[in-house]
Amino acid sequence: MMTQIVFYVFAAVLVLSATMVVCARNPVHSVLFLILAFFNAAGLFLIAGAEFLAMTLVIVYVGAVAVLFLFVVMMLDVRFAQMREGVQRYAPIGAAVGGVLLVELIMAFTHWRVAGNIGQITHLVPSSPTRTNTAALGDVLYTHYIFLFQTCALVLLVAMIGAIVLTLRDRPTGRRQNIDRQHDRIPQESLEMLQVPLGAGVAAQGGFLRPHDSYDVAAVPGTYGTEAWRAREAAEQTQTALVVITPAQGAKGQDDE
Amino acid sequence: MNSAIEGIGLAPYLSVGAILLVLGVFGIFLNRKNVIIILMSIELILLSANINFVAFSAATGDLSGQVMTLFVLTIAAAESAIGLAIVTVYFRNRGSIEVDDITMMKG
Repeated sequence: MMTQIVFYVFAAVLVLSATMVVCARNPVHSVLFLILAFFNAAGLFLIAGAEFLAMTLVIVYVGAVAVLFLFVVMMLDVRFAQMREGVQRYAPIGAAVGGVLLVELIMAFTHWRVAGNIGQITHLVPSSPTRTNTAALGDVLYTHYIFLFQTCALVLLVAMIGAIVLTLRDRPTGRRQNIDRQHDRIPQESLEMLQVPLGAGVAAQGGFLRPHDSYDVAAVPGTYGTEAWRAREAAEQTQTALVVITPAQGAKGQDDE
Repeated sequence: MNSAIEGIGLAPYLSVGAILLVLGVFGIFLNRKNVIIILMSIELILLSANINFVAFSAATGDLSGQVMTLFVLTIAAAESAIGLAIVTVYFRNRGSIEVDDITMMKG
């Protein structure tokens, strides 16, 4: 009885928060309701006896995916009021498709019976009452499903590389090295032994960057801090100064991003 | 049958899954302009699939369903990461994330 009450509380909150995910005006609220929905789904998993999956759901979704959503929603400077304009137009067709889907699912479920001898079929991996859920899952995952497991690892690797490749910007603000040149350097050309007098400071010796061209030697030309970059920055400085003087072109720097 | 799910039965779990699926589909239609909420609706649909997997796994006493749920979780995480990366790049290029604008896919 207690289990049933807990189940229906979790299910009700899950459905309500899923509704709010879809209907909330502010996408930040949507993400927060999504987090609530995942917590309640984890509760349902716990009731069904899938403890490991419940914890995984909380860690992976709330800890990673939902926070990623929140990050992107807050990072993108979108006018969200304008986002809601099409809602009136698309709500009827959405409700129609959803209603048809729900009616079909109800019809399917009500005319569907579990076979009487479902308990007698041989399971590939029966759940054992003596082992914990996590241990049993581990037994199965690393033996029967090892190839699927490896494929999932590959999918995650490809997703990681894809996300990095998509969002990487080739901007000259990064410090990058010419790797071959850096590997070719020898201590004699990149190290300098000095006797620094006590209390004299390094400024008198020429500063920290020694030898003076040691950064430009291995840096990719044009990247941050190199000679070409300094020259371009200086040129942009003078250009900006000119722009400030002429008010007609005052908005020039805005399309920079 | 698992002792915990015995008091509840399979049908309520499947009903919750069905309602979540319908809400996800409804959300895709409702928020035609906001790609991020469409991605969240896809997450809801995958969650409903997960609930069905876990419910059947508990009802039949077979762990395969839970293993499949683990894989669905992995794929969902990868999908949302790639989707959000595409949204970020698209917003950087066009300054909006409205789905109606994404009709020109020429580079």
